Amino acid sequence: MKYSQAKVRRQSNPAADKRARSTGAVIARTGFADRSHSWLGHHREVAADSVRRFFATPMASVMTALVIAIALALPAALQLGLLNFQRAVAGWDGQPQISVFLHKEATDTAVSALAERLRSDSAIAEVTYVSPEDALAEFEQASGLGDVLVGLGANPLPAVLLLRPRDAKNGEKLQQLVESLRAQALTDSVVLDLAWVQRLAQLTELGQRFSAGLALLLALGVVLVVINTIRLHIESRREEILVVKLVGGTNAFVRRPFLYSGICYGLFGGFLAWVLLASGVAMLSGPIEALSSSYGSSFELSSPGARYLLQLSLGASLLGLLGAWLAVARHTHEIEPR
Amino acid sequence: MITFDNVNKRYASGQDALVRVSLEIPSGDMVFLTGHSGAGKSTLLRLLTAIERPTKGSILVAGQNLNRLRNGQVPYYRRNLGIVFQNHQLLFDRSVYDNIALPLSVAGCNKREVGRRVRAALDKVGLLNKEKQNPIMLSGGEQQRVGIARAVVNKPAILVADEPTGNLDPKLSQEIMELFTDFNAVGVTVLVASHDLELVARMRRRVLTLQSGQLIYDGVPSREVLPS
Repeated sequence: MKYSQAKVRRQSNPAADKRARSTGAVIARTGFADRSHSWLGHHREVAADSVRRFFATPMASVMTALVIAIALALPAALQLGLLNFQRAVAGWDGQPQISVFLHKEATDTAVSALAERLRSDSAIAEVTYVSPEDALAEFEQASGLGDVLVGLGANPLPAVLLLRPRDAKNGEKLQQLVESLRAQALTDSVVLDLAWVQRLAQLTELGQRFSAGLALLLALGVVLVVINTIRLHIESRREEILVVKLVGGTNAFVRRPFLYSGICYGLFGGFLAWVLLASGVAMLSGPIEALSSSYGSSFELSSPGARYLLQLSLGASLLGLLGAWLAVARHTHEIEPR
Repeated sequence: MITFDNVNKRYASGQDALVRVSLEIPSGDMVFLTGHSGAGKSTLLRLLTAIERPTKGSILVAGQNLNRLRNGQVPYYRRNLGIVFQNHQLLFDRSVYDNIALPLSVAGCNKREVGRRVRAALDKVGLLNKEKQNPIMLSGGEQQRVGIARAVVNKPAILVADEPTGNLDPKLSQEIMELFTDFNAVGVTVLVASHDLELVARMRRRVLTLQSGQLIYDGVPSREVLPS
């Protein structure tokens, strides 16, 4: 265009000069390479701008991010708690075990004969004999009460047969097996430690479902919070949207800053959720370690690591993007030049 | 360049804003559009800028039929127009430079090219020293110049102005009109809607006059015969 010739000449750009001289009014076009380069550039710019806008109103932004963080930290904490709980009870594999406590007067030969007979029983998969001496040694090690036992003189513990039933799922058969074991002459008492193992598994399952449901509900909450926040953003930038549309901005161009803002809220929310979680664990780990060591366990609360951070920020960013997309889809095409 | 063929526009309220308007503006022409408020000037410009669609008839711009323009194509069509508004529609949250650069960043221009073109446009409207200021600090006439710089920065083939001198005194209005004349001199097709008949008459250019949605005058008036 000739009106820009003066400037063009000053910069001595011969190609542009020639173009300007040879034509009058031409429809301006931008090359593909230029456009794709600029497209990336625009993404970068908009991303940086969304972070700048986030911190331009720090109070409001952080409060929104904190709402997101709390909504995410709740199910994440529950998940982490369950994970720790499962780790704490990892020694118990959920297989029922039958303990047969034998009479103290039972002779070794009678006991080994009984063990042999039980081994040949088709309903029993495994038989382990724990002699009173073994039981005592194990008890001393686990409880640390060895000195007390020494004071007792005689070993108070009976011999035990630990049985693993073959068909653990069938409660009726298991009950029959327990009855037949009770009828043995050598048997003092029989304990089927099945119920609480199953209860434990069911409780864990319940907790997992509960946390999944809670997570789903709170994820919806996060999306709604982002929708509302982005809606306010759109409203406050109404003028800009109008002008951009009038000078030929596409819907994608109009959408972009808001999508990045949504990601921004999600990202910061996810990060804050991780911080909440980590500080919660740090706060609880002291008492929990003390508690577990009082039970003679070396259990330590595992803290949310880098994987949690990554998962939380990524998940929250996606939720933010989703919320922003929904808000933008609903509100930006209402803003059209009149 | 611009052809209206029997264009009707009826609003949902039942009001006929344009009635069988046919006109032809050749490439490189400079044309004024006059008429009382409510005569249909704004409607005609809204149809031309694809803000609205005609109820009947067809509009051809640079060989493109606006009736067949899909919604997704509208932004690309608008990039070939420079639009100047009465209230300038400048954004006060950014500098003069960024206001003018907006059509270029929308079209995907690289940064160096943006800088070059924005300064060329600023130079042309005589505001080269104000690029870093916020437009809210500028006078009304300067704001309108920024609006014009934004409209021409993309080197559009067609420049459309809606009451560009609406809020300006006669001397500033004259300067703005001379700017439009300059752009026209380098081949840009210019269409200016104005109700300032004095000013329009002084320009001695082709005038289109609308009344109640109908085109009632098309020609180059002398001062005496200009319709009121």
